[in-house]
Amino acid sequence: MALYVLKRLLAAIPTLLLVAASVFFLMRLIPGDPALLILGDAATPESVADLRAAMGLDRSLPVQFGLWLSQVAAGDLGLSITSGEAVGPLILDRFGVTAAIVLAAVAIAALVAVPAGMLAAWRQGSWGDIAAVSLATLLLSIPSFWLGLILLLVFGLKLGWVPVVGYVTFAEDAWAALGYIALPVATLALVEIGVLIRMARASTIEVLRLDYIAHARAKGVPEHRVLLRHAFPNAFAPTLTLLGLVLGNLLGGIAVIETVFTLPGLGRLLVEAIFARDYPVIQGVMLFIALVYVGVNLVVDLLYPVFDPRVAAS
Amino acid sequence: MSLLEVAGLRIAAGARDIVRDLSFSVAEGETLALVGESGSGKSATARAVIGLLPPGLRHAGGRIALAGQDLSALPPATLRALRGPGMGMVFQEPMTSLNPAQRIGAQMAEGLALHTTLDAAARKRACIAMLERVGITDPERRLLAYPHEFSGGMRQRIMLASVMLLRPRLLIADEPTTALDTLTQAEVLALMKELAREQGSSILLITHDLGLVSRHADRALVMQSGQAVEEGPAAPLLAAPRHAYTRALVAALPRRGPARVIPPAPPLIEARSLSVAYPGRGGWFRRAAPMPAVQSVSLSIHPGEVVALVGGSGSGKTTLGRAMLRLLPASGGSLLFGGQDVTARSGPALLDFRLACQIVFQDPYSSLDPRMRVRDIVAEPLRLPAGMAPADRLARAEAMLAEVGLAGLGDRFPHALSGGQRQRVAIARALVRNPAFVVADEAVSALDATVRQQVIALLRDQQRKRGFACLFVTHDLGVVEEIADRVVVMQHGRIVEEGPRDQVLDAPAHDYTRALLAASVRLQG
Repeated sequence: MALYVLKRLLAAIPTLLLVAASVFFLMRLIPGDPALLILGDAATPESVADLRAAMGLDRSLPVQFGLWLSQVAAGDLGLSITSGEAVGPLILDRFGVTAAIVLAAVAIAALVAVPAGMLAAWRQGSWGDIAAVSLATLLLSIPSFWLGLILLLVFGLKLGWVPVVGYVTFAEDAWAALGYIALPVATLALVEIGVLIRMARASTIEVLRLDYIAHARAKGVPEHRVLLRHAFPNAFAPTLTLLGLVLGNLLGGIAVIETVFTLPGLGRLLVEAIFARDYPVIQGVMLFIALVYVGVNLVVDLLYPVFDPRVAAS
Repeated sequence: MSLLEVAGLRIAAGARDIVRDLSFSVAEGETLALVGESGSGKSATARAVIGLLPPGLRHAGGRIALAGQDLSALPPATLRALRGPGMGMVFQEPMTSLNPAQRIGAQMAEGLALHTTLDAAARKRACIAMLERVGITDPERRLLAYPHEFSGGMRQRIMLASVMLLRPRLLIADEPTTALDTLTQAEVLALMKELAREQGSSILLITHDLGLVSRHADRALVMQSGQAVEEGPAAPLLAAPRHAYTRALVAALPRRGPARVIPPAPPLIEARSLSVAYPGRGGWFRRAAPMPAVQSVSLSIHPGEVVALVGGSGSGKTTLGRAMLRLLPASGGSLLFGGQDVTARSGPALLDFRLACQIVFQDPYSSLDPRMRVRDIVAEPLRLPAGMAPADRLARAEAMLAEVGLAGLGDRFPHALSGGQRQRVAIARALVRNPAFVVADEAVSALDATVRQQVIALLRDQQRKRGFACLFVTHDLGVVEEIADRVVVMQHGRIVEEGPRDQVLDAPAHDYTRALLAASVRLQG
């Protein structure tokens, strides 16, 4: 088990190197000079050249890349060009905001959508099933920024239940923090519920057709037990894979939702860094996102045998 | 009094009746066989008895009574209490009838927990005893195993154990051995009968196999398109069938054809000490030990000869068939075609070999591209070598289709054809280039008896007419009787017996061949 995890993490190194290289070189293909952006109107050719030399941007690209990589290997992601903050702690700080929202939203979505999808499949063709599928399609079709804005309008502005702008951390004031993340979590959860209902329903329908379900019923097993003990573990395995992909995607930043709700999350950090050509931040964030993706999928693969023993981890 | 009483049963799929006015009864301790081909409604009847019709099918009328109790009038909870101890069901497909996510111990004990007052330790003891009874070695440890760790035959034993553990008064067995090879089939059925006799259970046996009926059933009910056509004690019914459909079923049983003399000629295709190994499971830092499937087999097939390659699952017969077409790489030995070594051929020389050889697969549902029209499927092999005009290819495909009895169906897609028609398409595709050598890999195993009979006749007629050499891979000795000139028996990747058909079938020399013959059911009586 531990050996398997270690192997998987080692196998991720080439992936991370590839991400690092492509981000590094692609960013430098985009026109725009960070030194010029920092100095703004006051720039003179001399001051720009001085600043570039100070930031190490005057050296050749492969040399810059090598320097950055050796830095990263030592655990140092560098300093932000614009704010001077250390990139590592900055990312972790922003990731905390994103992770809190994403994990809460996906957990809620899974807890609502998986039972709903399974029940819909169990009573396929009933009114409840049609309602669940219609709801899922509706939720899938609504753009998240629009849903977020409408929720803000209704619950923030009209009803005044939650603050409209800003963010405090849970450490500062847990109750207030809850108010700030309630709407983004709801927005994200609603969208994901649409995806997950459809997935859970489809895989449950597949499973319910199989003989071992009929076998369980032929033993006199009551329906709730058929669903819970026989259908659920088998139907949940594909949904688990999807959950992993969804989590990996969302943890890498939910820039649109963070922008709508003015949250200091990872997605917005990345977008701002791109506009500012803040190379160390961009590179750091991208590398971190890749690492999160690898990590989430590793967790999914480790969990998978619990639901499908045919796929043993080792 | 009869244990099971079915009167005027009607099962509907939408507005269409798939079972009409069906009445029968099963006495205590009796085995009744419901016999019929696909679509006869026999499986739906079995499901209706236990109240588990698949979605889309509806119990539309008629009475089903178990020990005098009308099942359709019972509330769901009472019906559930009957399922298990009142009536149990064994399913056809051992690969999907056990829950893959649950240990077999948990699955077996579940019924006991629902229907008995035994505590966990007593349930476990009962499961262990039952597993031992059905011949699973080391039962205590195996309780913790998952279904995928067992072979098909083992799973069917476990399934049987799980059902018989509740001592059902009625055992419904829906094609319980169709998915197993001949030897395993005989063992599992014998076990089922034994357990039923020990426990005094009645059996409702659903099958398409008349051999099983003659060997295991007391009475038989023949069904055609949802209706009973003939009913009676099994032996007389099969010996002197009255209804035309029963007669057709009996006539479709394999009959031995006359022995042929194949004119002596140098072998067309020849395997010399051929070995095939599958890559084993290895780790990152550990080289995988290959798993030998075929071990140093020598086999030659002469022009115009039909060789039956017989063996149980896992004997290596399919692997050998594919290796002789170079669809699988050989790990040792050599393959000669027309006297020339083709073991390592590549490029245009390999293409020549490929064009001279064809294969017909077992499953006509997955061996035809569902997005191609039948005519294009049959015309496709004519694309190589290039040069034939598309119109000529299509004309030849149409002529070939007419020859296999599918004239005028060239425009259809495979899904619009029946299983037998699809297999005819597969045969047309294999024969359209006039190959010198054809491998038929269980080519009729997936078909119903009467259809199988027709497809075998088609293959035989085409073989006699075109004179190709044929390697017929099969676990079904009935097919061997019909079509083979020579029989080759494989076990554990090696050839254990080989000889002219009549000699091998009538005077088998090897124990394994004798066991195969004893297990292959024919009409008795």
